[in-house]
Amino acid sequence: MERIHTLAIQQTCDIGFISKVEEASGQHISKCYQCGNCTASCAYTHVYDYPVNQIMRLVQLGQKKAVLQSRSIWLCATCQACTTRCPNNLDVARIMETLRIMSRQENMVAERDIELFYHEFLESIKAFGRVFETGLLPMFSLKAGKPFTDMDLAPRVLKKGKLAFLPQRIKGRKQVAAIFHRFEAHQLKRTEELRQAGLTQPVEGDSHPDECE
Amino acid sequence: MRIGVFVCQCGTNIASTVETEAVAREALQHPDVVYATSYMYTCSEPGQQQIQRAIQEENLQGVVVAACSPRMHEPTFRRAVEKAGLNRFMFEMANIREHVSWISNDRQANTRKAAELVHMAVAKLRFNHPLSPSRVAINKRVLVIGGGVAGIQAALDCAEGGLEVVLVERQPSIGGKMAKLDKTFPTIDCSSCILGPKMVDVAQKENIRLYACSEVESVAGYIGNFSVQIRRKATCVDWNLCTGCGLCMEKCPAKKVPDHFNEDLGNTRAIGIPFPQAIPKKATIDKEHCRQFTRGKCGVCKKICPVGAIDYEMEDEFISEDFGAIIVATGFDLFDHSSYGEYGGGRFPDVISGLQYERILSASGPFGGHIQRPSDGRQPRNIVFIACVGSRDASVDRPYCSGVCCMYIAKQAILTRDHLPDSNCYVFYMDIRSPGKNYDEFVRRAQEEYGVNYIRGRVGKIYPKNNHLIVQGADTLLGAQVEVEADLVVLATGVEASAGARELAEKLRISYDQYGFYMESHPKLRPVETNTAGVYLAGVCQGPKDIPSSVAQGSAAAAKVQALFSRDTIETSPQVALVNERACVACGKCIQVCPFGAIQWKELRGGIQKAEVLPSVCQGCGLCNATCPPKAVQLQHCTDNQILAEIDVLCA
Repeated sequence: MERIHTLAIQQTCDIGFISKVEEASGQHISKCYQCGNCTASCAYTHVYDYPVNQIMRLVQLGQKKAVLQSRSIWLCATCQACTTRCPNNLDVARIMETLRIMSRQENMVAERDIELFYHEFLESIKAFGRVFETGLLPMFSLKAGKPFTDMDLAPRVLKKGKLAFLPQRIKGRKQVAAIFHRFEAHQLKRTEELRQAGLTQPVEGDSHPDECE
Repeated sequence: MRIGVFVCQCGTNIASTVETEAVAREALQHPDVVYATSYMYTCSEPGQQQIQRAIQEENLQGVVVAACSPRMHEPTFRRAVEKAGLNRFMFEMANIREHVSWISNDRQANTRKAAELVHMAVAKLRFNHPLSPSRVAINKRVLVIGGGVAGIQAALDCAEGGLEVVLVERQPSIGGKMAKLDKTFPTIDCSSCILGPKMVDVAQKENIRLYACSEVESVAGYIGNFSVQIRRKATCVDWNLCTGCGLCMEKCPAKKVPDHFNEDLGNTRAIGIPFPQAIPKKATIDKEHCRQFTRGKCGVCKKICPVGAIDYEMEDEFISEDFGAIIVATGFDLFDHSSYGEYGGGRFPDVISGLQYERILSASGPFGGHIQRPSDGRQPRNIVFIACVGSRDASVDRPYCSGVCCMYIAKQAILTRDHLPDSNCYVFYMDIRSPGKNYDEFVRRAQEEYGVNYIRGRVGKIYPKNNHLIVQGADTLLGAQVEVEADLVVLATGVEASAGARELAEKLRISYDQYGFYMESHPKLRPVETNTAGVYLAGVCQGPKDIPSSVAQGSAAAAKVQALFSRDTIETSPQVALVNERACVACGKCIQVCPFGAIQWKELRGGIQKAEVLPSVCQGCGLCNATCPPKAVQLQHCTDNQILAEIDVLCA
């Protein structure tokens, strides 16, 4: 996080960013009156660069770059304590999710590893119908460029029977995969339509067909 | 008929989206309209003079003003035309502000609608007849509902002016919430020391009759002549005999009765006087806990009472009284914090409400004024106050500010530091609202002189750990999460409409807002009146407010009653139903539908029955008019002919 010095709030305010966040999240940002209950309830305030209430404040002020480049939005675990306790019924966790998607679209992701983990997690589900940890973790570690991280834990976890050598065969595996295929086909179609219409600007989720939500 | 039309521009309120000149020009086309004009502010002195001049010069017989809502200025214009010699009912108003200019920006459509509303008013006016009000005597007795500080003030001020007052209180004693407070902000004077003398005055004033343990059962009638039924709840103690000696309370064997006066922090007996300064100082039996009622045998109090006042067989008693005016001062209830699961939802005994802490601080409270924890009686060292619990919180349907909590927690923190100099006080707040006289200075003093730690942020959760309560909150000024290890947590619980407020409003036919607070007639200019003539408001029943404002409103309501009673008679509206006897077929349907009992049978010669309206009881609702099969009952000034004329021009 860069320390914010004097902020020229008129010049740096991106009104389009505010309305885009509101539209995508379905939340009315100006409802936030900065009571701080989200920050008080958040399990990760201690590792965030901006506490949640400041993320909300930065969105209110249209500070697109600071928000989308923040680490906080990626460290959020979507536990929804903020959403549960917001006195103004704002779905704060959903706003954080919206910001993550926007941060990918704008290529401003501050926590590449976390983004990668999301990707590998979904890939695993697509392939096996549910997460196959024994495949997911080495894949993630390799792609993240730190193949030896947490390797020492493997024998202990294996001994406790927490990791399987083969993926579990679950019912409806094909149906789960079909969800992914449907989504990808839908995304392709939309990108094609947009290309024909002369719009190359990616819209939400388009550049990331694996973002299934 | 010669009719004049006056189209008001209301500054730019109407003129900005309505072509007022065009509306006036078009009005001249309608039959009988001989004069039409548009003016900047028709309600102003020159505007009214313009109407009066036109009546004289153009020989007008009827006037239409197209302006704001008739609720705003109909009385103004009626007076104006009356001064110029017309009957006040030869006037009609078209609402082209609230119904037109304020709700749309489409200039063309607005002008069209305004012109049509004027056309309708003209069409109706052509069927208007001069009507004259009758007068009825005013019963110069006043009913005050609620014996909190607002009701007490209203009752005392009315009694001071020589009026006969009846004060009805639901609880066994008057005093309301203020009687439970220890000290009051911002002067830290003792609440019962300043309220006590007023309560005694109520008891001693000869022209105040106090009905404690009583509720209003039903209300009938209208301004000047209300008739009210009051339910005197069975106290099982004959108050004419009871001397308030307290022997019964001492000997009662039911010792585990929650003490509601002490906000359930301690126990009391099943018979007794709620607090030492109670007015009236009479005992009441709590039937829910009395062994005579729960187990069918005991009778200790009956045996011990030196004057034989105990009567287990006592039943609720109903009395009827007549009044000319009613002051409603029913106060409020405290928000129930059990809906805040993150603060323990009422499960942690050391997380208490603001009013519970008042009782702890009070010398007559459950702990004799020593600050201790309800759970183990230990003296707390770290005390946390949390603002806005049940206020400014849309998630619990309380989006409004309760207005008093910022001040009362500042006071409680000061008192805490005063009682326990070694203690630490922390106040979690969002904003500090201290707009009263010497209020902000008081909050500053809490911080500067008493060292109370104010933390800007809300509390996310409270959880118990090793006999402490961990308060996890945010300091938004710091941008960090903060944690306080507290021994006692005081929630600044907010204010909500009192239980039963809606039911009482329906009996009184007054309106209330979505949270149950009673609606004043105008938020700025008629803050004490309701939309039901003769019913006035005082105190928190109208909206959250502090003691000085409640007292001021109590006095204001009393002043309104005095003004009303300074006359001997009151005009009744001639806009009432009237029966055309020749058309009446005596089916009796109007008698059945009338909600006010204003229609009765009348016997003509030869035993022929006809319906008859009592004009002083009729409220002009028009139900009978709509029901009557041969249309024999007609609501004056809103007859079928008048309404049909309006519809005709609209559909033409």
